[in-house]
Amino acid sequence: MWKFFNQVLVTVVYLFLLAPIIAVVLISFNGSAKLSIDLGSPSLQWYASMLMNEGFIEGAKVSFITASIVALVVLCFGVPVALAIARYDFRGRSFVSGLFLSPLLVPTVVLGLGLLLVFQPIALTGTYAGIIIAHFGITVPYVIRTTLMSLTTSDVSCEEAAKVHGANSWETFRRVTLPIISPGLIAGAVMAFIISFDEAVISLFVAGAGRTTLPVEMFRYLQYRSDPGVAALSVILIAISVVIVIVVERAVGLRKVMNS
Amino acid sequence: MTLTQMGSRKRTTGFRSRRRWELFGLLFPGLLGIFVGFVLPVFVMFRMSLNTHGTGGQLVESVSLGAYRDALTDPFYWEVIGNTLVLGLGCGAAATVLSYPLALFLVRTTSKWKGVLIALAIAPLLTSAVARTYGWIAILGDQGVINDSLMRIGVLDAPIQLSNNLLGTTIALVEILMPYAILAMISGFGRISPSLEEAAGSLGASKLKTFVRITLPLSLPGVFTGFLLVFVLAISSFVTPRLLGGGRVFILATEVYNEATQTLNWPLASALSVILLVVFGLMIAVYQRLIAKFEG
Repeated sequence: MWKFFNQVLVTVVYLFLLAPIIAVVLISFNGSAKLSIDLGSPSLQWYASMLMNEGFIEGAKVSFITASIVALVVLCFGVPVALAIARYDFRGRSFVSGLFLSPLLVPTVVLGLGLLLVFQPIALTGTYAGIIIAHFGITVPYVIRTTLMSLTTSDVSCEEAAKVHGANSWETFRRVTLPIISPGLIAGAVMAFIISFDEAVISLFVAGAGRTTLPVEMFRYLQYRSDPGVAALSVILIAISVVIVIVVERAVGLRKVMNS
Repeated sequence: MTLTQMGSRKRTTGFRSRRRWELFGLLFPGLLGIFVGFVLPVFVMFRMSLNTHGTGGQLVESVSLGAYRDALTDPFYWEVIGNTLVLGLGCGAAATVLSYPLALFLVRTTSKWKGVLIALAIAPLLTSAVARTYGWIAILGDQGVINDSLMRIGVLDAPIQLSNNLLGTTIALVEILMPYAILAMISGFGRISPSLEEAAGSLGASKLKTFVRITLPLSLPGVFTGFLLVFVLAISSFVTPRLLGGGRVFILATEVYNEATQTLNWPLASALSVILLVVFGLMIAVYQRLIAKFEG
């Protein structure tokens, strides 16, 4: 009895959690423009109209380019910091690690406003550079976290052995450390890509009238209209996320990344 | 001092200074990035909150608390602060209550599908908030799934108001933020030893009594963490209140955006941001005291 009640409860909570995703998937096949489930005559018209919407195509392009560059930049800037925190003993080390995690403690509206105030006078709003700088703060903590996790769980003795045998710091990193921590790097880069790709609020502030990312395009579209078109687009995005997640799960284990 | 000692000391200082340069090289790019992308914007935002908004709409460089005075003497902004707290507390409470049984189930289950079940519970995190908000608009809207089906079977004559208000926003945000609470609770519950419950059971306590006296108190730190996370994320959320609120839900985050991009009153937008940060900080302080009390 107790157990049955518990199972019903868990099922209901799962349904609630997945309700919007289920609704979005069903509505994307709507036969009419009604914003409710209407599968009398299912069609793919909304997918077709989305794939021909120039705003969304342009937005997707901008999002893809910025998210890729953000992932790369954050790796190049974040991994050395993680290396310094894990392998070097220096004054202010806890300050540095705190500093790099702190962007996650500030509401994105606040950070977005600050970035707008900095970017507006120097005409960086609505540019690739602006969006990439704006996404740095919210993505770098993930790369540092996953890299630190790989670094602290790996054995330092391999690196010491390489040094004893005459390898310099770069060779040690390139030949020993890098292969060991590469799962953490991949996981961090994927997280950074997904977060940058999905980020709407900060991008909304720094978008100005110029270049915008896909979530911003969707947001602006939804402010004035809501038809099943966005559902079709959402399904495409969800499918991409699922594929990425499965690939990462296979490669390194998603739960390890999320729980770190 | 012998020659060899001198030589070795020379080598260590050389080694040390090289390591110092390496350290500098490792940290510099990252520090530069975090400075430009985070420290500077937050600092500029603070500074901007001390400027004043001229009568003609121009920005006046000054050091005054005028923007704060404008915000805190206007009853509208007190309502906004009130709405923000109601949204945060409502989402926090509802998400905690709904996540609790699920998290407990996920920690305890021995099903071979455990991994899939956990992934399913936190997978929504990886779909864009815009897409999920859209899903809720489709469910809760006036012509949405709920109203549409209830009117079709004749339960309702007119749609019930589930969107464009605080209720709809709360429902959607609870779902959107629940995965965070579930994750926090899973990691908190993992530390509870099942043998304590077994001991209570074998000493004759009923299932309910075991839960109330053993499981619940031990799970409170995880519950607090989950609540805090959802509260903090709810009061800083923007996309969902804006889209599902249809411009009729006024919270600090939406007003910051309005003042920054529509009214162009940057000092006021900055002052509202600082107020939001203060609410944030107060909540985190309360949380730390609670956790210290329960774990200490």
